[in-house]
Formats: sequence, C-alpha cells, structure tokens
Amino acid sequence: MTLDQYRPFVGPSTLRELRWLAEHLNGRRICCVNATKTGGGVAEILHRMIPLLRELGLDVWWEVLEGHPAFYQATKKLHNALHGKPETLTPEMQQTLIEVNQRNLSRLNLDADIVFIHDPQPIALVEARRQVGRHWLWRCHIDLTYAQRDAWEFLRPYVQRYDAAVYSAPAFARPLAIRQILIAPSIDPLSDKNKELSPETINDVFAHLGIPQDRPIVTQVSRFDYLKDPIGVVEAFRLVRRSIRCRLVLAGGPASDDPEGEEILAKVRERVGSDPDIHLLMLPPDSHTEINALQRGSTVIVQKSLREGFGLTVAEALWKGKSVVASAVGGIPLQVKHRYSGLLVHSIEGAAHAIKQCLRNPEFAKQLGENGREHVRQNFLLTRHLRDYLMMFLTLGRSEDMMTLNGS
Amino acid sequence: MADAHAHSLTAVTPFQFYTSFVLQEATGFRAATLPRLVKLLHRVPEACIYHHTHYFLLSHHYLTPEPTHDFAYWVTEVLGDEALGERLASIDILEFNSLAKIRVILVKTIEDHLAQHPTARFRFVSEGEEFFFIKSVQVVMPTQETASSLAEFAEALSRVSLSSLYFHIFDARLRLGRSTNDFARWCEEQLGETTLAKELIALDPYAHSLEALRSMIIALVRQRVG
Repeated sequence: MTLDQYRPFVGPSTLRELRWLAEHLNGRRICCVNATKTGGGVAEILHRMIPLLRELGLDVWWEVLEGHPAFYQATKKLHNALHGKPETLTPEMQQTLIEVNQRNLSRLNLDADIVFIHDPQPIALVEARRQVGRHWLWRCHIDLTYAQRDAWEFLRPYVQRYDAAVYSAPAFARPLAIRQILIAPSIDPLSDKNKELSPETINDVFAHLGIPQDRPIVTQVSRFDYLKDPIGVVEAFRLVRRSIRCRLVLAGGPASDDPEGEEILAKVRERVGSDPDIHLLMLPPDSHTEINALQRGSTVIVQKSLREGFGLTVAEALWKGKSVVASAVGGIPLQVKHRYSGLLVHSIEGAAHAIKQCLRNPEFAKQLGENGREHVRQNFLLTRHLRDYLMMFLTLGRSEDMMTLNGS
Repeated sequence: MADAHAHSLTAVTPFQFYTSFVLQEATGFRAATLPRLVKLLHRVPEACIYHHTHYFLLSHHYLTPEPTHDFAYWVTEVLGDEALGERLASIDILEFNSLAKIRVILVKTIEDHLAQHPTARFRFVSEGEEFFFIKSVQVVMPTQETASSLAEFAEALSRVSLSSLYFHIFDARLRLGRSTNDFARWCEEQLGETTLAKELIALDPYAHSLEALRSMIIALVRQRVG
C-alpha cells in the first residue's frame, strides 16, 4: 500500500500534512517491538503502519519477542489481570517474564532513536535503556481501568522508566510522573477486512459458511475470549428472538499468544447447544474477506465486551455503515457517541433492548450507521493514526502545550 | 457587495495559512460527581478547558446537529442530569474571548445548579465512565498555501484542510490570544476590508460545521470580489 491510495478516503490535504510532519523527523530511526507477528489488533496495526512510516522517510523496523509456552501462559495471566480478572501472577511467572525479556535483549536490534514497545510482554526491555535507544515509548493497548493491583505494581517500575506511556483511552491512564499520551488505534480502509465488497462476494461467503440470509443477522466478531462475553451475546440474542426472528453469528479466530481460545469456544458451544439460529465460526487468522463479508451482510453488529483495549471491530463495523450495539467499556465510547453513531449498553438486557431498537427502526439504524462511517473517516482511519505517531515522535523531549514547526 | 477595487487589492503581507494538529494527553484527573468536576475545573490547565470545549468541533464536525461540548455531553448522557446538561450546552462560547472566562462560566453554571438542586451532588457514575480531563498539545506548522488577494484567499481556503480552518478561527482567538479570527484580521489590516472583516467576525463558528463554515467564508469573500 502507498499513501496515495488513501487519497479517495481522506483527500489530498491530509496526505500533504503527513509528509510535512514527517520531514521534520529527518529520517529518525524507530524500532517497534511486540510479542507476535500474527493475530490480534497490535500485529495488524504494525503490519499496516510500518510500510507507510517508511514511505514517509523514517527508518522503521519491527522486532518480535521470542518466548516459550510458560512465557505465554504468564503473559496471558498478566493480560487478564490487567483487564481486571482475578489472577495470581506468581513470583515464578514474574521471573519468567523478566528472564525472557533479558534473553531477548541480546538478539533484538534496539539501537534506535525511538524504541517503541507495544503491550506488557516486552516491557522489561527498558532495563537496557542506558545502553541502547534514545527515547523509549510504551504503547499500552490494554484497558487498565480495572487492573488488578498486583499486576499493575509489577509493571509500574518499568513503565516509569519510559519517556511516555501511550494509551487508547483516557480511562486507562494511571497516576504516573511521565507523559501519558492518548492515541486511538485505527482501521485500514484498503485492507481485505475493510475494503468494499460486491453483493455477490458477500452472498458467496454467507453461503460458503452455511449461514442463511433469510432473516436479519446480528453478528459479533471477536476472539473467543471471556472478556468479549460471547455467552452474554448469546443470552442477549435469545431475549431479542422472543419477539423478532433473527440469526446470530459469533465469529472468532485464534491468536498465537492466546492459549484460552479453544476453552472458551467449548463453553460457548455448550451454551448454544443445537440452536439452529446461532452460528459459531472459528475462522483461521487470514479470514479477512470472510469477516468483511460477515460484517457487511449483517443488520446489527454487536461488541458486548466486558473489557476492551479499544475494540477495533467497532470501527470496522461503523466504517461499513452498520448500526452498532456495544458496551461502554475501554475505547468503545470514543468510537460510539450514544444515539449519534451507535448505541452504548451496560448489560445483557440493555444489549437486547438496543438490538431490538435497531431491528425495529431501520431508518434510525441507517442514520446511526451513516454517522458512524463518517466518524471513522474523520477519526479512526490509519492516516489519523500515522499523524498522531508523527506528532508524538516530534514532541518527545518537549514540554510546551503549543509547539510551532518552521516551514519546510 | 461586489467591488472591482476589492478584486485588485494586493496585500503587502500575504496571508500565510497554518495548520495545527492536536495530540491528546491524559492529565490523570477524573470526576465521577459534579462536586468533583467543579473542583477540578478550578485547577486543570487551560489546555484542558480548550480541549473539552473545542475538540469536539474537530472530531464531530460532520454531524448535524453537532453534539454539544464534552462537559454538556457527559453531564447529559453519562451522569444523566439533563437540566444541567442543557444549561451547559446553551453557554454561548463565542461571547467569551479567553479560556479563563470560559472556565469561570462553566464553574458558575455548575455551582449555581448545585446550589439550586442540592441532590444533584449525589449523582455519580461508575468506574470507567468518569469525566477524564484531557489536554490538547498542539503542533502548529505553516502550509504551502498563501494568498495576497481576496481571490487567491478564497482559492487557497477551498484547498486547505479543516485543521487549518480550525487553527485560524479557534486557536487564533483562544490559544494565541488574538482579538479576532485571523481571516478577519488580515482582511482589515492588510486589505482595508473593514466591512468584510466585520462580516467574518459576525459568523458564529460554533453554530455551523467546519465544512459549512468554510463555504460561508468563501461565499462572503467571493461575493466581495464579484
């Protein structure tokens, strides 16, 4: 992909501004580090973002932490605890996390102007900041609103050694002495998951997946993770179906750093039983066109998460002009202005009520969808994300609230 | 009214279009109740007051009608105090030429409401739904667009981004402390276009979407040059 391909969505002035901002960074060297190359929103964003940052003249590379099963078990526990699930991160697990970080120090190239660490798994790499890297940024993609105290206390000494922490929503910020920057993630309108699809392609996907399009379809696209509350979605759907005939699609996929997916899927299967109106789909990680078609062919998209780092699936659904019913957690209220661009809910009953409102009032649902698409165009496309990163890099080491750059 | 003279006027100092980009920073301040909100309103930096009364214009400019500023939205939709939300939304921000004055009127409106409705202080929101104070950190830079005449000005204005328009209308007055928006000031000081300047000052930028505002300014300028 090249920047010029985004012109139809954002116009020429946005692209010009990106190039001006990038010129002020003089080809700075930036190293991004995370824990997986595939699966999950973080890897997806980096795959898209890095080529564009390079096109803008920055010297960017991507390093991936190498771990082992015990490490991924420990990081999953840490992840859940940071999302508020009661979990015990034993001293042995903490030691595993630290050791894997230390071992990776010798194999990763962190010799950069800016070392950009994503999520908690590689957080302890900052111990090397005296030897390598000029500025260090920690990008937290997790909803820390309900973080378990022990988990946060484990992270805090590391976070405080960074120049800045970067969050997707203000609720995630913690009392810290360092700068706390807010940057929402984004979706790529050119990706297979978001590009326009013909009605034939959409119909083919539904047929291939065995989902009849004979009734309104309510869909949630998410990993099978208890934090996404798939069972809550099933219960909400069953409340809706008492009065409206419709179908439910729960579509998820595995990620290489998530050992719990199969276990949660089994629980959902048990709850669904032989209900012919509920379609459970465990899709491979590269099923982008299928996800795109499922969203486009649905009447209402649900994101009933209990916790959410950001909830990019909401932006994806809004971009497709769909009415969205979503929990008011994490970054979702940033994407959905209640009653303007979607409906925010707080419970299973609330979700059911909101889904019914959309199904019974197609004009209202259409207006929500149109507003939602425009909101994403203005605020959640990859070009806005790029601009925020460029500004963040430019403001490192500065403290003023208004910074003027010279002409270029 | 069209004027051939206006068409031929050339400014000694061309209008340089700037643009500004907003980077949002968390302050760590959050409020779950009105007493806490008003207490924090007294002490947060002006960059927060600016952010919560203006950023929505950039982020939601496409909606008609536009949602209200962040304080009114939160009080109405999250805290559920519609009466206060309505009072906050009806504050005419254009009447106030400094962030200090906007802070004062926000505080007064909430304190008056609390005095008149003592039980309002007991309303609260759950964790995660608090009002989070954010500040705008702005990066300002010149664009490649300049204009020496009204005709050039209208052309350039049609090409710049909405962020540029936002900078010259809102940032100029409230963040840079200029007496009025940059467009009116340049028309008057550089071209002696007093009437046009007054028309540009009279536009209420809070009552229109940014795209509509751009069209209105271009229309006024083009009308002047015929």
